[in-house]
Amino acid sequence: MIVAEQKPFEEIKGLIAEANKVLVVGCGTCVTVCFAGGEKEAGILATSLRMATKIAGQPKDVTHLTVQRQCEWEYIDPLAESIGESDIVLSLGCGVGVQALAERFPQAVVVPGLNTTFMGLPTEQGVWEERCAACGSCILGLTGGICPIARCAKQLLNGPCGGSQGGKCEIGKDTLCAWQLIYDRLQAQNRLHMLLEIQPAKDWSTSRDGGPRRITREDLRLAAEAAE
Amino acid sequence: MDTSTNGFHSGSRLERILRGGHFAVTAELGPPQNADPEVIRKKAQLLRGIVDAVNITDNQTAIVRMSSIGAAVLALQEGLEPIAQMTCRDRNRLAMQSDLLGAYALGLRNLLCLTGDHQSFGNHPTAKNVHDLDSMQLIQMVVGLRDAHKFQCGDEVKGQEPRFFVGAAANPFGDPFQWRPLRLAKKVKAGANFIQTQLIYNVPRFAEFMELVRKDGTHKDVYLLAGIGPLKSPGMAKYMRDEVPGLDVPNEFVDRMTAAADGIDKEDKKGRNAAWRAEGIKIAIELVQQVRQIEGVSGVHLMAIEWEEAVKPIVEGSGLLPRPEVPAPVAA
Repeated sequence: MIVAEQKPFEEIKGLIAEANKVLVVGCGTCVTVCFAGGEKEAGILATSLRMATKIAGQPKDVTHLTVQRQCEWEYIDPLAESIGESDIVLSLGCGVGVQALAERFPQAVVVPGLNTTFMGLPTEQGVWEERCAACGSCILGLTGGICPIARCAKQLLNGPCGGSQGGKCEIGKDTLCAWQLIYDRLQAQNRLHMLLEIQPAKDWSTSRDGGPRRITREDLRLAAEAAE
Repeated sequence: MDTSTNGFHSGSRLERILRGGHFAVTAELGPPQNADPEVIRKKAQLLRGIVDAVNITDNQTAIVRMSSIGAAVLALQEGLEPIAQMTCRDRNRLAMQSDLLGAYALGLRNLLCLTGDHQSFGNHPTAKNVHDLDSMQLIQMVVGLRDAHKFQCGDEVKGQEPRFFVGAAANPFGDPFQWRPLRLAKKVKAGANFIQTQLIYNVPRFAEFMELVRKDGTHKDVYLLAGIGPLKSPGMAKYMRDEVPGLDVPNEFVDRMTAAADGIDKEDKKGRNAAWRAEGIKIAIELVQQVRQIEGVSGVHLMAIEWEEAVKPIVEGSGLLPRPEVPAPVAA
């Protein structure tokens, strides 16, 4: 899932400072399961903003609603009326959701209430960790199912570097060394020989380095669009 | 093999020393955090004639310093043989290759290929890191430029190719321990000609590492220089023992450094410093002599960080002066 966390309250207050009517839009998918921008968080944030602006002597009209998915037109199109009535839209979607709202409603001022952080999973209750960097060319088959692009601080393909000690990365004791994990996994599977091969320089053109990415599936496109 | 270098990879003095079977001595020279060439010239005076080649670090510990290549050219002008260093942290493959062309054109002949410390250690922790290539792939690229006359993309180098004697680093004390000799072998397979290790204080552990290296026969395909560094104070010894990832400093050395200033008044800072430094140099000499006995060790790499004055007494005390003269290769 996409993991995000709410921006500091002071920063959010700054983002909406100029507006009187604020619409907080939550999202019912990834950011709901990581407790950052779902129905509950949208409600709490709207209430907090109402209270804070009232205490500050400049009460704002803050309302909130949540859609199932902020990243698809069909889910956000019904927001047209509510968005049209507000001065500013505070999106609690991930960066994709914020941009979907901005793209679909070009007149609306849309600002982000979250910092979208990574693609990952909860490793325990209250802890999320990054797992995928969307490099566009998956090598997990070579690395025991552990991604060094997302999880090694130096994105090494032939690790570990000299800073790996006691299973930890040189950047800090809270960070596991991805290459120690890869080594342990492949050793346990009797596949350590895989690491003896030198992995060649990576083709980063499938990653963000190649420019914004796009996938086109002709088999799925509608006839009218395909004919454009 | 390219005939213009008479069978040598680059014909550098370091390569000639090692190929000649001499026990090599290299040292480290850290460029300044400013643009003053005099800093390099002064440090060069301390090392000239004392060591065979001098590593010029590349933004070491992710702190911005005069570029390795720029400082290496200054060192070359002062009569030293530089080993330029290049990390994968700050440059992509385009920048790396263009710098290598420039470095060769300016007369540099040795290159040490490194991953680079993470930028969070340095003075620009908010920087974006590059790591387009890793150190293994950097070695392959430098060797490809030299031996295949090809850029990383496969295009031919038309005209003079950059020819470096290629080095890589190894940390015998990094984890997983069993993997370290195999990773070293991978670097040799990638084309590394010489290896300089991380600082060694735990000699028995290093000997174990070398036993594994010899078991694979890797020592026959590469020249391995053992990293030795003098301790300056008990504080430094403790810091290196407890805080620096990938270093193994046995308590014995912390104790010896502490004991060195026993009996010297706490107020006599100069006296205590001198006693600590003398002990640090003594320990370094012992370490040089111990690693020299280990089969597969072709030399030592002395890292006296911001203490280049210590190099001469260590080399001298280890009985490694004068350095051998090795004639420059004659073009065939």
